[in-house]
Amino acid sequence: MSAFWTLVKRDLLIAAREGGATGTALGFYLIVIALMPLGLGPDMQLLSRIAPGVLWIGLLLAALLSLGRMFDTDQDEGVLEILATGPLPMELVAAAKALAHWISSCLPLAILAPVLGLLLNLELAAYPVLVGTVLAGSPAISFLGSIGAALTLRSRRGGLLIALLVLPLYIPTLIFGISAISAVVTPPGSLGSSLLLLSAVTIASLVIGPISAAAALRMQLS
Amino acid sequence: MERGGRHVLTELSFSVEAGEALLLTGPNGAGKTTLLKTIAGFIRPLSGRVAYSGAAEDWPLAERAHYVGHLNGLRATLTVEENARFWAEFLGGSTGHVLAALERFGLASLSAIPAGYLSAGQKRRLALARLLFAPRPLWLLDEPSSSLDARSTAVLASVLDEHVEAGGIVVAATHLPLGLARSRELRLGFAAGPA
Repeated sequence: MSAFWTLVKRDLLIAAREGGATGTALGFYLIVIALMPLGLGPDMQLLSRIAPGVLWIGLLLAALLSLGRMFDTDQDEGVLEILATGPLPMELVAAAKALAHWISSCLPLAILAPVLGLLLNLELAAYPVLVGTVLAGSPAISFLGSIGAALTLRSRRGGLLIALLVLPLYIPTLIFGISAISAVVTPPGSLGSSLLLLSAVTIASLVIGPISAAAALRMQLS
Repeated sequence: MERGGRHVLTELSFSVEAGEALLLTGPNGAGKTTLLKTIAGFIRPLSGRVAYSGAAEDWPLAERAHYVGHLNGLRATLTVEENARFWAEFLGGSTGHVLAALERFGLASLSAIPAGYLSAGQKRRLALARLLFAPRPLWLLDEPSSSLDARSTAVLASVLDEHVEAGGIVVAATHLPLGLARSRELRLGFAAGPA
């Protein structure tokens, strides 16, 4: 297991040193959300009503930006081949990289989300649920995203392709994330069951993501 | 074996004993890298197999082989020492070997410099230092001496000689003579199969 954490630590160190990915994602999220009131007009009730959906979709798109980097620099520099000769099975290599992506990209976005809620006149009661759903749901972004990142390794400019491959996989996370928030904002609705389903999607992605990504990575090696 | 829909290396059979160095030579495109990758298990042969006598079929790669390919496996933004320590820890070696290995390849004074600033030969030396981080019997080397100067090539030769003397196996694809004390050569030609 120490090799797993060694790899996570390395990727976090690289993310901290190269910096670009986290900063770009945060900046993108901020701009997308700031554009909403400008585009839709200053109708506070409208903004408040669409806030949960807009915050979630913006977060998905922002996290998507850095997915392409999960494996590609390592592929270019021959790191993947050597990772394959290590003690970790490819599945855990993919899991370690997805975990590092979640910590370096999704976690900062999750912290920014409630701040951006202010721009959209999000209802006060919705803040804790927003944070809760984003924390519970966002690991699925990284772990399902690792599939797309691994599959598009060989194609230059794979960024758009990743979006096409991965965004459909995010639909359950989006639906349950938003339904949990609307359960609080516009009752009736069941907060508990939505949160549980959201967590179930995340837990399933923790398993499906690394297994599929590892299969794709093995193909890239040959 | 097949590479990109093209058959390379048909009807090839050879064995390497412990304490032997095998040099793979042959023209560009003959299949030297393919053969190394097959031994490493990255590529599955269409038919045939790679077997280790006296070991279980599923002997994990992690315990048996180092692979140093064309690419050096370095991250430009990490320093020499960070790159080295990462590989030592990840490959299950002890970090105590790191400084000695860097010293051996003449990189100790560069350890705080980001790997991106190294010259091609220095990067190659850092990649080769990985061989010494964790003890493994089989070393698979792809053009190990490319971009090395004469002195570093001699260091590499002495490291390889020591490994072979200690009962290890070296399989290296190379165009340049490595200057090993003793080695066998396997010349690969073009396969005469359908394209």
